Amino acid sequence: MEWETVIGLEVHTQLLTKSKLFSGASTAFGADPNTQACAIDLGFPGVLPVLNGEVVRMAIKLGLGINAQIEARSIFARKNYFYPDLPKGYQISQYELPVVSRGFLDILLEDGTSKRINITRAHLEEDAGKSLHEDFQDQSGIDLNRAGTPLLEIVSEPDMRSAKEAIAYLKTLHSLVVYLGICDGNMQEGSFRCDANVSVRRRGETKFGTRTELKNINSFRFIERAINYEVERQIALIENGEKVLQETRLYDPNKNETRSMRSKEEANDYRYFPDPDLLPLVISQDLIESVRHELPELPQQKRQRFMDQYGLSAYDAGVLVASRELANFFETTVKASGNQPKLAANWVMGELSAALNKSNLEITDSPVNAEQLGKLVLRIHDNTISGKIAKTIFEALWNKEGDVDDIIEKRGLKQVTDTSAIEVLIDKIIAANPQQVADYRSGKDKLFGFFVGQAMKESGGKMNPQQLNDILKKKLSG
Amino acid sequence: MSLTAADVKKIAHLARLNMSEADIALYTPQLSNILAFVEHMNQADTSHIDPIANPLDLSQRLRKDVVTEKNERDQFQAIAPEVQVGLYLVPKVIEDE
Repeated sequence: MEWETVIGLEVHTQLLTKSKLFSGASTAFGADPNTQACAIDLGFPGVLPVLNGEVVRMAIKLGLGINAQIEARSIFARKNYFYPDLPKGYQISQYELPVVSRGFLDILLEDGTSKRINITRAHLEEDAGKSLHEDFQDQSGIDLNRAGTPLLEIVSEPDMRSAKEAIAYLKTLHSLVVYLGICDGNMQEGSFRCDANVSVRRRGETKFGTRTELKNINSFRFIERAINYEVERQIALIENGEKVLQETRLYDPNKNETRSMRSKEEANDYRYFPDPDLLPLVISQDLIESVRHELPELPQQKRQRFMDQYGLSAYDAGVLVASRELANFFETTVKASGNQPKLAANWVMGELSAALNKSNLEITDSPVNAEQLGKLVLRIHDNTISGKIAKTIFEALWNKEGDVDDIIEKRGLKQVTDTSAIEVLIDKIIAANPQQVADYRSGKDKLFGFFVGQAMKESGGKMNPQQLNDILKKKLSG
Repeated sequence: MSLTAADVKKIAHLARLNMSEADIALYTPQLSNILAFVEHMNQADTSHIDPIANPLDLSQRLRKDVVTEKNERDQFQAIAPEVQVGLYLVPKVIEDE
């Protein structure tokens, strides 16, 4: 039986403001418990929420970034439920009229094609506090520093058909919010959290199957695993003649499984109503235009520009624009390389990325800066060094042994391009290996590689490969 | 629309109100009466009127994104039933097991 997976995602992005959504308390991460929870966040009697203007600008940025409708008028609602980390007994959110609606993101799939994922809405809401269960006997400790922190919840249509598509969407959205400067994107600290609605149906079926909601999974890898596990579980249930229950499930990364959160089932009656403490949020066209002027170049525009301006493939351009820092690094490298974008892209995505991965470093912490990498590319391009020697120099740069030209000079790594010097060396090798020469001349073409190897070894890799090939061919043919 | 005792129990539970059977018997018809009033109002034709979220013809004022609140934890926690290392302590809540 052919099964089709249907996935919709709800992403909570924590907005990068200094103060909270409705109060002037700080949002800085890692403060002492409850030192950043003021009377408004704690829901004391008589307090009044006042909306943070920066949050509105950030919501508009997101709306513009996903080509959405930014509503001229939206309203805040109370979502009522009881939980110790929600001191007011309700969360201020948006329900009927969200600030942003009907947008989309185009994601790039592995086969190079792109797919449009529609976004239903994005709404503003406040975060809850944190419950700590471990350290207390029969009690939970409550830290309300996070209570009232502004979140933008971005809800997609059920447009994704595999865990891979879901991850591609999440990465595209993640990169967008970081580019826009509205979210730091830190998944470990919970700044970018994802709930996944997953269902399966037989291929060709137009009705959706019963979905389950997977809660708060905090890494791309875990989201992919959780979805894949859940899909398998649902298919097995249906194939065994059982039913999928609509419920919230929690992913356990240690066991790689999802399990039911039964206590949530009865809590689904939130009794939303418009918050009488808050007036409608009105957004003028002027405000939208002023925000539009502040927008940076967005990842998709940058990707297109990298393809047009540098002649890169869609894939390479996609990798390089994944973060603003990486894209900037690449462009600086290209500039320093005397405009060799393809070679620069190969080095940034190849040697440099591999070295960074190995040392677990971000591009911003790279020991080799973009100017030096560009210089290295320039020296390969102008034939001062071979690509092979360049790897040695890269290592030296990584170990902070100095400037590219200094290293070439000090270590005597300059490529031999003097034809007569190459000829002398080849003559020596031919004289030293009479048997191989005879075999080659009697038709063992494969031995050509042997001679190239010998010559490279003799010269310490410093020979220009093209020149070597030409001269060797001539000499060997007798 | 009239409520059943089961509806009232559910509403009481959602509001975390502890109600005796006698209370439920008392409130069920009272709440049903309130809903009957609402039903009466529903008969007015409002098809040509936009719904309002607030009776004031005003829009939300915006605040600058600056930190204006000080740390007043000690005062807030002075009236809390139980605190430890800066945390409010509550009866254990386990959401996910």
